[in-house]
Amino acid sequence: MADAAASSTTAPSTRRRPSLADRGLDGVTLLLLPAALFIVLLFVYPFLYGLVLSFMPKEGGWLGNYTRFFSDPYMYGTIWLTVRLALPVTVLNIALSVPIAMQVRHMTRQRLLTTILVLPITLGTVLVAEGLLNYLGPQGWLNRTLILFGLIDRPIRLVHNYWGVFISLVITGFPFTFLLTLSMISGIDPALEQAAATLGARARHRFAHIVFPLIVPGLAVTFCLAFVDAFSVFPSAVMLGAPAGETRVISFAAAQAAFEQYDYSYASAIAMIMALVQFGFVGLVLGLRGLFYKGPVGGGKG
Amino acid sequence: MAIASTGFRELRLDRMSRNFGSHNALKEISLTVQRGEFIALLGPSGCGKSTALNCLAGLLSLSGGAIWLDDRRIDTLKPEERGFGMVFQNYALFPHMDVRRNVGFGLQMHAVPRAEVQRRVDEALDVVRLASQAGKLPGQLSGGQQQRVAIARAIAVEPPLVLMDEPLSNLDAKLRLEMRAEIRRIHRLLGSATIYVTHDQDEALSLADRIVVLRDGAVRQVGTPQELYRRPLHADVAEFMGFRNALAGRLVAREGAGVAVDCGFAGPIHGQPVDIGDAAAGAGVTVAIRPADLVPAPDGPIEAVVSGIEYRGESYFGTATGPGGQELFFRADQPLAPGEAVRLGAPAERVLVYEGGGANG
Repeated sequence: MADAAASSTTAPSTRRRPSLADRGLDGVTLLLLPAALFIVLLFVYPFLYGLVLSFMPKEGGWLGNYTRFFSDPYMYGTIWLTVRLALPVTVLNIALSVPIAMQVRHMTRQRLLTTILVLPITLGTVLVAEGLLNYLGPQGWLNRTLILFGLIDRPIRLVHNYWGVFISLVITGFPFTFLLTLSMISGIDPALEQAAATLGARARHRFAHIVFPLIVPGLAVTFCLAFVDAFSVFPSAVMLGAPAGETRVISFAAAQAAFEQYDYSYASAIAMIMALVQFGFVGLVLGLRGLFYKGPVGGGKG
Repeated sequence: MAIASTGFRELRLDRMSRNFGSHNALKEISLTVQRGEFIALLGPSGCGKSTALNCLAGLLSLSGGAIWLDDRRIDTLKPEERGFGMVFQNYALFPHMDVRRNVGFGLQMHAVPRAEVQRRVDEALDVVRLASQAGKLPGQLSGGQQQRVAIARAIAVEPPLVLMDEPLSNLDAKLRLEMRAEIRRIHRLLGSATIYVTHDQDEALSLADRIVVLRDGAVRQVGTPQELYRRPLHADVAEFMGFRNALAGRLVAREGAGVAVDCGFAGPIHGQPVDIGDAAAGAGVTVAIRPADLVPAPDGPIEAVVSGIEYRGESYFGTATGPGGQELFFRADQPLAPGEAVRLGAPAERVLVYEGGGANG
């Protein structure tokens, strides 16, 4: 402080004019332009276009689409049906990822496992849904095997209902949450847990007091990404679920409005409501994240 | 001061070994540590000293041997069951907990009542003189403060044994000297045994009651700092203890308790035999001299050419090359010019002679 004061009073003429570079703007910043343009053209513009479109219904006032949606239980019920799928799937995926990642981080064959896990992501949801349709169907391997071993008398119904979609979302969503969780847990300095152990903390306490608090912020972000992904479920809800009934998810309702009733304005309104619900959950989770420590997870110098 | 270590009589390492695959990182280390002792494990990097410490802490399992605390065998216990305090090289402070919670963590894990945790954390922070920083996160502290939090955290549980893994290696020179004195003071205050790993001989000499020199996973010498400094038992230990001049030569004659060695210089070098037993004239030996003892002398036996000179305040530190290409390190009171011829000598009682002649042997 004293230095700054001295230099400004004694030699004001020699003070360099603050350049743009001092504020973090320089030639490199220009490299952001293509990406920014990309986002504006492919995301911001369509979004705003949809938003405006949603306020221009075929009939009624400017809020017509929204009042129509929220006065029809068959429509606003889709929010609940989607949350009922997306929330448990996301929570389950994270709940599975954490303990498995805790074990896997010490494994030597991590790359092999990672490769196996990345496969479902690369295959895409449609292929996985088709595969599951055969595998989980009444004549599929799973039911046949269970009947063969006498565990069940008649095939259990795992497709064209809630559980079919649930299982497919777990399969396509787990690798994603797992890989994110693994990288977070691997990023924690092993010396922290060792230090906790020498201080008398058993494995359970080391997890509860050291590892978990340090990955919570990352888990929150993982939750948001996985939840948004699961919330916008479409192919598996149609193929493996009961799109007219218990898995009539909100994206399906929007697709129906757009491509069966050709009411793009109404479809846009549904998409906006969908986005709003996602924003709500993401905002809630990120707000809670603010209560936790978010700094670097190292144990000190070195 | 209420903080004091819980007692034990002795800690005994009985042929403690540890292998990593086919590599023997620790080879049958045996050592007995008394209560209240300060032991330094000294050695170059890769000598197994950190492995030894991790084995003691329970972070690594033993491949062979045993560790005894009085009559209790402890090498089969998990780290959380041993109750030793450990200070890590990178401090390993919990970044999401403030200083108070870091220091109180061990007590919390031992289910100490809240009020007593409070009191003992305050005491531990007083010991390391950090009471004013209790509410800060580790990331807000300087390196030296983090170091002291790490020490406070280790001693708050009043462990019978404190293990320190190069705790000062990340600090600057001035802070290192201050913390050295702090560690010594805290050790005395606690009365616990401390095992301190370092590669810095100055640290070991100034802190320890006894120094254990390790090399390639084996104990080379155990002794007081004075013994280690004055009379290292092997040539490699001598080199590590600051005898930088290691000259290969041949035994010429015995002169009472001393010997004369021909290292290819103008005259023989006179010194004290250490581990050469009754080796006869002609045997290959190594002569070890500290740079501080090798000084220019008109009648010195070693003729050499100065290759470099550094000002060290109270004197000059010189390097020179002998006629056979030997590298020499010496002290001079006057500056010498590189390229100048010089004769060097050392008092016979400061020159140590070891077996094994290297190039000439």
